[in-house]
Amino acid sequence: MNGRAGQLLKASAPLLGIAALALLLLVVAPAVLTQFRLNNLGKYCCYAIAAVGIGIAWGRGGMLVLGQGLFFGIGAYAMGMHLKLEASEATGGVPDFMLNFGSGALPAWWEPFRSGPFTILAIVVLPAVLAGLLGFAVFKRRIKGAYFAILSQALTVAFAALLVSQIKYTGGQTGLNSLRSFFGYNLYDPANKQMIYFISAGLLIAALLVTYQLYRSRFGELLVAVRDAEERVRFLGHDPANIKVVAFVAAAVMASIGGAMFVPLAGLINPREVNALASIMLIAGAALGGRASLLGPAIGALAVGFGRTYLSESFPEQWTYFLGAMFILVILFIPNGLASVIPRLWARRRERETAPVPTQQPEPEVAA
Amino acid sequence: MSRKIAPPDPRGMDYLEIRGLTVDFDGFKAVDGVDVTLLQGQLHFLIGPNGAGKTTLVDAVTGLVSGSGHATYRGHQLLGMKSHQIVRAGVGRTFQTATVFEELTVLQNLDIAGGVHRSAWGMLRARRGVPDYVASALETIGLTDLADRPAGVLAHGQKQWLEIGMLLVQDSKVMLLDEPVAGMSAEERAETGELLRRIGTERTIVVIEHDMEFVRQYADIVTVMHAGKVLTEGSVADIQADPRVQEVYLGRTAEGAEHA
Repeated sequence: MNGRAGQLLKASAPLLGIAALALLLLVVAPAVLTQFRLNNLGKYCCYAIAAVGIGIAWGRGGMLVLGQGLFFGIGAYAMGMHLKLEASEATGGVPDFMLNFGSGALPAWWEPFRSGPFTILAIVVLPAVLAGLLGFAVFKRRIKGAYFAILSQALTVAFAALLVSQIKYTGGQTGLNSLRSFFGYNLYDPANKQMIYFISAGLLIAALLVTYQLYRSRFGELLVAVRDAEERVRFLGHDPANIKVVAFVAAAVMASIGGAMFVPLAGLINPREVNALASIMLIAGAALGGRASLLGPAIGALAVGFGRTYLSESFPEQWTYFLGAMFILVILFIPNGLASVIPRLWARRRERETAPVPTQQPEPEVAA
Repeated sequence: MSRKIAPPDPRGMDYLEIRGLTVDFDGFKAVDGVDVTLLQGQLHFLIGPNGAGKTTLVDAVTGLVSGSGHATYRGHQLLGMKSHQIVRAGVGRTFQTATVFEELTVLQNLDIAGGVHRSAWGMLRARRGVPDYVASALETIGLTDLADRPAGVLAHGQKQWLEIGMLLVQDSKVMLLDEPVAGMSAEERAETGELLRRIGTERTIVVIEHDMEFVRQYADIVTVMHAGKVLTEGSVADIQADPRVQEVYLGRTAEGAEHA
């Protein structure tokens, strides 16, 4: 056995994977894709950023975050509000829907979003504070499993309903549209669109690097320990609730950043992009790619994004059934996602090639 | 008849003192006014028939169930503290079924137990090399060669040793071990006994045990519990000579006390 070299390769494999993905997204894709497809790829990158967070919370932390649309939406609407105000110069700095449905005056809580730095701060701080409070309340009370999943999904449903109902403040069903510029850069200029794509893809790579460090840190090991035997962790001198809160906050912030970058790429944001279905799409990506692996959730989310575009072009009404079917099939047949298939095939091939040494391969347990 | 409880050693020896500990499950007193002092440097065994309240006693001291009375260690009143705080105060435990983190390696399992030594910031850094306290724990429990194997593939006995190693790493001065040799082979039992003797000199070790042979070989002091109360306490010879002990085990001395 060339243990030393093997170990080195194993240790650097995740970084090589991230580098390969960076090469594809930042060099190859801009060279070969049309402006339209590149813009779409940018949106998938935003889903992927959220999915990387889901990987942390669900894959490593065992928290079934069925409602990440909530945090995706917080980031998206924070960004949307800023861009909407940028686009409302012609109407006296008040968004058009407020003139149509509201009093015509800008609500006080919209005012700070005129500031770009405030908006960026809000995109990071708002979801962190909300997830922190929520996580504290939920995990300290030892609420977990299906109860936590239902709670997170219900919050997303409520959030989307609130967005629809508060048309005076949120634009209702239509959401925030007719966005024209991104921090002063015209959204119709192809060069600017490409720049926004690069920011999104770059943030995805950054999210992966942060997650890489998180997974190799002691915190990452402890998170897996909490997932597999939460009660036991108490007797290591840690409160598992604190560890889960940190992972949940990280996932929320990533979802929010993904949501924020989605807005300039899509040119709009509305409740359909952040509702329960959108949340399922995000988690389906993580499941498909392999929730516990580093790159799996990102690649899965990119794939689901592609699938959604192509399927909805040919089957605009039915694509959600494909999504649902895929989610079920993945959970049933490859619970650890595509990321688990390749090493398994590899191991099988090596087993066949090398001597008939019976190697014990512990089947990883499926934590729902 | 009952032996006087040894007073805390004037030389400043470490001890865990339990006074009037009662655990009440809706009117059923699983532990009923237990007084016991656990001294450093002695292998203290806790025996008694099933349902005597041995595990519940340990559960109460480690924050898993709530109890009334006093359990004092180095000025901490343990009753009412949270489990993880009790661990940080220096009182650790194992469980009847060894629970190690199966997907993590032996080394990672031990390292993860060292969290009490680290700051929050240190948690976000990767492990570099093997910390001294982890290496010495690996050596002590004899799993150095298996350091990089996932804990899930360890034999039953090795998992128990790993758990004891985790207590060493987390610097538990008081170790409460719930049936550590259950299901072990004769050699594994002997090795475990020797391990406990080695680490027991500077620690307070309490072992819940059913296997009388193991108790006879390694116990310095034995507390017998029955129906939630302390029946008697003393050396192995004292205990074996006590007719009341024979009485509570009557009819099951053959199999019952051997392995329940």
